[in-house]
Amino acid sequence: MPPSLETSLGSPTVSAVAFFLLIVALTLVVTWWAARRTKSASEFFAAGRSVKAFENGLALAGDYMSAASFLGIAGLVALRGYDGMIYATGWLVGWPALMFLLAEPVRNLGKFTFADVVAFRLRQVPVRIASAVGGILTVLFYTIAQMVGAGNLIRLLFGIPYEWAVVGVGLVMLAYVLFGGMIATTWVQIIKAVLLLFGVTLLTGMVLVQFDFSPVRLYAAVAERYGSAALEPGGLVSDPLDAISLGLALMLGLLGLPHILMRFYTVPDARAARVSVLYATGFIGYFYLIIPIVGFGASALVGRDLIAKIDAGGNMAAPLVAEMLGGTAFLGFIAAVAFATILAVVAGLTLAGASALSHDIFVHVIRRGHAADHEQVRVARAATVVFGVLAVLLGIVFKGQNVAFMVGLAFAIACSANFPPLLLSIVWRRFNTAGAVSSILTGATLAVLLIVLSPTVWVDLFHNPSAIFPLRNPAIVSMPVAFLVGIVASLLTREPSAETSFDDEKLRTYLGVGAE
Amino acid sequence: MRPEKKAELLSSPAFRHLVARRWRVSLALTACLFVLYYGYILLIAVNKPLLATRMGGITPIGIPLGAAVIVGSWVLTAAYIIWANRSYDPEAARLKATLTEPR
Repeated sequence: MPPSLETSLGSPTVSAVAFFLLIVALTLVVTWWAARRTKSASEFFAAGRSVKAFENGLALAGDYMSAASFLGIAGLVALRGYDGMIYATGWLVGWPALMFLLAEPVRNLGKFTFADVVAFRLRQVPVRIASAVGGILTVLFYTIAQMVGAGNLIRLLFGIPYEWAVVGVGLVMLAYVLFGGMIATTWVQIIKAVLLLFGVTLLTGMVLVQFDFSPVRLYAAVAERYGSAALEPGGLVSDPLDAISLGLALMLGLLGLPHILMRFYTVPDARAARVSVLYATGFIGYFYLIIPIVGFGASALVGRDLIAKIDAGGNMAAPLVAEMLGGTAFLGFIAAVAFATILAVVAGLTLAGASALSHDIFVHVIRRGHAADHEQVRVARAATVVFGVLAVLLGIVFKGQNVAFMVGLAFAIACSANFPPLLLSIVWRRFNTAGAVSSILTGATLAVLLIVLSPTVWVDLFHNPSAIFPLRNPAIVSMPVAFLVGIVASLLTREPSAETSFDDEKLRTYLGVGAE
Repeated sequence: MRPEKKAELLSSPAFRHLVARRWRVSLALTACLFVLYYGYILLIAVNKPLLATRMGGITPIGIPLGAAVIVGSWVLTAAYIIWANRSYDPEAARLKATLTEPR
């Protein structure tokens, strides 16, 4: 089959614009509907705890499946073969761990943010400040990566200038979060998840039709064109220690992602939270099972040279194979789905960032836990604008920079700064304020410092001859150290009130007594 | 809710067993997950030729193995949910009810 040499990628085709406008119009109607139901703080932050398990499962999947998983992993498989599949498995394995270790306790103990859980029986002001630092750093690095990715991808897909794309994403997602709060954000995630799963399923089917629905024939075609090495592990797992460290960050980092954890407060109880994780794991697992087929299909049908010529990172592999098999109209649909994906993920992140600013810092630090409901909502909306504007500005500041490491950094901070205090506060009576604050600050500082000193930044970005810290992924060092510091600092200090309240915490953790 | 009822429940063998069993189940499943995923990664790291072994001529064993990690993760999650829905929830509800029942 000859590779298509002409593509309408990068020019705003009628179908792309039409699908894009349709999706934006649909989500804005949903936002308008949600805005009329968003009055109290519980509605703004937690959708009134009325989201069903199935809906939350889709929304969790929507929050998690970013453009990087869709376009990025398809591209990685297309250009580097099997290594892309290894990478895809790492993105799923956090979900069972989240289920086994944190989902139910987090649901029972918290109200709007994961800091509610850490601060449950500890001194509010220091713990809230530290948790907000860990949470906001995680969300901020994640957001920068998403915004820069959005600018680049939308430029490639629609030919819109980078800055316009970033501002456009910022404005639309601000509309969702500002007016519709968590209710609109949840439904935007659901719409996006359904569109993405549908689009990728269709694309997979169209690829497989070319090979008589036989994956084996697809693999044979890839092997014929690029050698059998394309179907075997390559250079991704060359250093086992680094691979394990990346795996730890991907797996346990999920357990410290603020925008994922806060979704558990949108369902009525721990049982619904639990079932929603099963749905989410099913949707996300299905997605990662079929996305390599799209990648291999792009490799076999479009060819690596053309994919790499259009974008060296391979991000356009899925759109290119979509255009080849489904024409310009289908390319437009896939491009619009990618755009919706970016919008939804950034909206979820912005809501999480705004919650940390308003619920943790304003309500619990500035107002010491006493703020009227309407005031909380007003401050949350102001925080949304602050965070949204910041996201757009950072997106523009980091234009042209290599920000791929920032997703890794977000996961490293999440698993080193947010996960250890969450787990310790749930299982260990002696855990106290000194332990929580020191473990968060140690984990966050160490994760950032070690990434800066690692080959990823020290060599690739700063062009030094050799790295000071040998691993690309710091989690295997920074997470255990954060746990250790949290344990030692707790043992060195006594906080009788924290130990006494552990009884109430246990009743709430395991039986849901007093859960909101 | 009277404080002595809370203390009684907290020190009761039934509650302690419930908590202990919850962590036994979840830690056992976490251990399975670690073996599944890190076993796969270490296998790739130390024995790439094994994963390149062909099954029926074309497909290397690594491809179904990667898919098995994904499916296995989902199966482990489902196992926890079946256990929690069938065994944990009824017992937790029974213990919770003892806090409010009149004596």
